[in-house]
Parts: sequence; C-alpha cells; structure tokens
Amino acid sequence: MAKVTIDGIEVEVADGTTILNAARQIGGEVVPPAMCYYSSLKDTGGKCRVCLVKVTQGSAKDPRPMPKLVASCRTPVMDGMVVQNITSPEVLEARKGVVEFLLINHPLDCPICDQAGECDLQNLAYEHGAGKTRYEEERRTFEKVDIGDKIKLHMTRCILCYRCTFVADQLTNERVHGVLNRGDASEISTYIEKAVENDFSGNMIDVCPVGALTDKTFRFKSRVWFTKPLDAHRNCTKCSGKVVLWSKGDDVLRVSARKDEFGEVKEYICNECRYDHKNMSDWTIEGPRHIDKNSVISQNHYEKIDMQKLKLDIERQIQFQKGKQLPETNQSPA
Amino acid sequence: MQLTNRSKLVVKKEMTFAEKIYLPAILSGVVITIKHLFRKKATVKYPEKKREISEIWRGQHVLKRDDKGAERCTACGLCAVACPAEAITMVAAERKKGEENLYREEKYAATYEINMLRCIFCGLCEEACPKEAIFLTDRIVSTDYERNGFIYGKDKLVEDVNERIDVTVRQTPAVLAFKEQKKLSHNK
Repeated sequence: MAKVTIDGIEVEVADGTTILNAARQIGGEVVPPAMCYYSSLKDTGGKCRVCLVKVTQGSAKDPRPMPKLVASCRTPVMDGMVVQNITSPEVLEARKGVVEFLLINHPLDCPICDQAGECDLQNLAYEHGAGKTRYEEERRTFEKVDIGDKIKLHMTRCILCYRCTFVADQLTNERVHGVLNRGDASEISTYIEKAVENDFSGNMIDVCPVGALTDKTFRFKSRVWFTKPLDAHRNCTKCSGKVVLWSKGDDVLRVSARKDEFGEVKEYICNECRYDHKNMSDWTIEGPRHIDKNSVISQNHYEKIDMQKLKLDIERQIQFQKGKQLPETNQSPA
Repeated sequence: MQLTNRSKLVVKKEMTFAEKIYLPAILSGVVITIKHLFRKKATVKYPEKKREISEIWRGQHVLKRDDKGAERCTACGLCAVACPAEAITMVAAERKKGEENLYREEKYAATYEINMLRCIFCGLCEEACPKEAIFLTDRIVSTDYERNGFIYGKDKLVEDVNERIDVTVRQTPAVLAFKEQKKLSHNK
C-alpha cells in the first residue's frame, strides 16, 4: 500500500496504482480530466496530455519534486508522494495549453455534430480552455468515411486518442482498423475501407471522446439534450444487455452503453443491442438515467434522488473544501 | 383595527333630496366625460398610425440566409434549449448533394416552428444562435382567429431571397467583429 496526498487530501492506494486512479478514488474536483486514458481498455493513456499533474514530492524516501509535469494516467504512485492538480496554477496553465493544442485542428462544428452535449472535448474546453482561438492557419480536413453501414467517421474531428483502435484490438476478434500515416496526416482508417463487422465494433462510438465516430442510425435525429435517457436492460446472449436508451416520446432514437462518472464504459454492449432493438417493448425499463446536473442533458430531465448518495456526496465535498484549506503540506517552491 | 390613514369608514345614512334625484351626480359625470373629449388621446389608431418603437425592438423572428442565399440555420437546437417559454421546435435533416446552395451546412432544419403564443420575445434565441441565423426584427406578429395560425413555420420565418430583412441594428459590435474573421469557414 502507498500513501499519496493529492491536493492536500491523503489517500491510501494499492502499489502500482496510477496517480489518476488514486485521484479517482478520492473523486470530486481533484480528478484530472482524461481524453485518451480508458480504464477498461488496456494500455490506453499517455497520448492526450490533459491529465498532467505536478509532483512536488516524489516519495517518502526521495522527497525531490519531479522536474516536469507528469501524465497522471501513466505515472504510478509512490509511498509518500505529494501531487498537485487543481491547486497548482502551473498545471492549470499547462492544461489550458494542451486544450488549445487539441483544438488546433478541431473543426468546432459543434452545432452540427451529434456528439455535442455529451462531448468530452467540449466539456474539457469549457472547463479548462480559453474562450477564443488564436489559430489562424488552415485546419486539416478529411473526407467523411462510412465504416460499415452503422458508423460514420469524421476524421476532421478526431483528436487521435487511439481509444477506438484499442477497442478493435481488445474487444473484437480481428482488428480491421487502425491509424494510418504520421503526425498531422494521421488518420483512423480501415484497410481499403473494409467494413468493421464485429459484434462489439459499435463500442468504438461510445469510447470516442469527440464526435469523430458517431452512430449513423442516430445521425441528425435529435440533439442529445432533447432526448430522455433511460436505463434499460434485456436478456442478451452476447453481452450484459445493460444499456441506456435515448428516447423521444415512445421512440428509441439511440442505444448506448452505460458510462460511469468518469465517462467510461465498464460493460460493453453488442451490436445487436445497439442497433437492432429500437422498440420500447424490447427492453425492461429501469428508470431515468442519472445525468450530472452540470450537463445540458439534465435540462427537463427528472430523476429520483438517492438521499443516501446525496448525503455522501455532500460530505465528500465538505471534506474536499476542508482539504483545500490545508495547503501547507504541499506548497510548491515558488 | 385601522391599518392605514386612507381607509374610509362606511356609513349607511339616509340620502338627502338632491342625492335622491340623482341628477346632479349624473351631470357631474357628463361634465367629466366631456372634459376628456378635449384631452390628448392615450391611444393611436393602430393600423393607420404606428407608434414609434425602439431601435432594438424585439418583434417577429426571421431566419436569415447568407450572402449566397443559403439558409444559415443548422438546427443545432441551442435556440430551443435557451428558450424559456419552450416555443421553438425543430427537426433536423441531412443536406443532400446538389443542395449546397440551399443550406449552408451539412445539416439543416427540415422543419422549424415558433409558437408565437408561447413566445415572450425575450431574444434569448438570437443570443444563443451560433450561426447568425435567427434574429428578432421590428415587425409585429399579426393577429389571427385560430391558434394554428400562430405556429410559424419555415414558410413565415425564413426570409425571401429577393426581399432581405435588414437586421444590422441588432448585430452587436461583438457579432460584427466575429463576422470580420474571414479565416472561419462559415464567414467565407
């Protein structure tokens, strides 16, 4: 076990845990954002750089600070490590820069994009980015590609997080798509536009943090904030069958896997559940999906409050506020 | 209990003879009416004479077209989500090949409806619009006998290619500065 202090909050985690996962055990505001790291996919992380944090004390044995900001999703904790995330202005400044870099080639076509409203990049830019762009050059553009008949690829919107290729590697039997070319010209592609036809290929839509991979059956049907998310399940032989139905009236517009509070899917669903069961009668409805109150989707969305959970959440926030008032333990050498 | 000094105690007493014949009371009323005939009128005869309105009057909406005549609206739904009266509904559709001169972006509003009975003319829709598509104009929404007539579809909202509606007074300096940025794809 290792004891780490993140933004003044002490937590004890198993050896080999990354800083990001240690922060997630604390939860709340101290969790660094992550665009490429995905806990349920192996080897993800280390690409987008938005989870950068400052390590002001390497470990109990060697208390020297780390020379540069480190990617928290790839750095394991050491006993006695002291980490600064939102309490360090340097980290916030660096994160702002990273967001600007991620947005350099992003087309900012949110009014058209189906991902708008549930887009990780949109949230990230809103929370950590600057309001204006300084970029004046031509943005890179790609033609839109149909990957199979169910998935649309807008390479222009891609931030090259490689999550979808890890889905292809780890969830499906044979990998038929990957990243071609280098640098600015890098492009997610299938070899000779071969359709992705695996039972779990649809999950690349859910893992995509931006609107690069979108569900063609939902294309332009409705903006997500006009749909009602419902938890539902059905007996499925291929997957757990636990999904979210995005409905409008009695119509199921889209079926997606359930994402946790960090926007990650834990139980992947099969393509049959995703595409072929768009009737309310196919599903057992559990109730409204929990939507974060800061999300635009929570507009006109009503759900039952779990008072016990709410109490815990408030207690945690109070604890966090107290933690913020104790910066002496991890003051940076100014 | 007396709450204010203005309250009057009501006393039911026998009326005098002058009060009983009512004539003085009626005459004084007529005098007041005649006095009002020569006063300045508070109303105007509306359709013939129009009252002066503010430069930034918020009246009937218009869906603008761009310089080439293509519809600017891309059915992003931000106006509808900003609308406090929930007056706006829309259905999006994908632009097909050959319709580039009709719709500016790859997605467009197939139907766009504003319920003018619900609308409170607050102007939040034009503030929310990222595409410079919806504006409130100085036109007044006309009356109707039926409720259906107040649901304005694209036929009433989209401006005519030949009869453009001037909204320059409603464009704030920030908006105009934004439009100057030719690097942004939709300003080209």
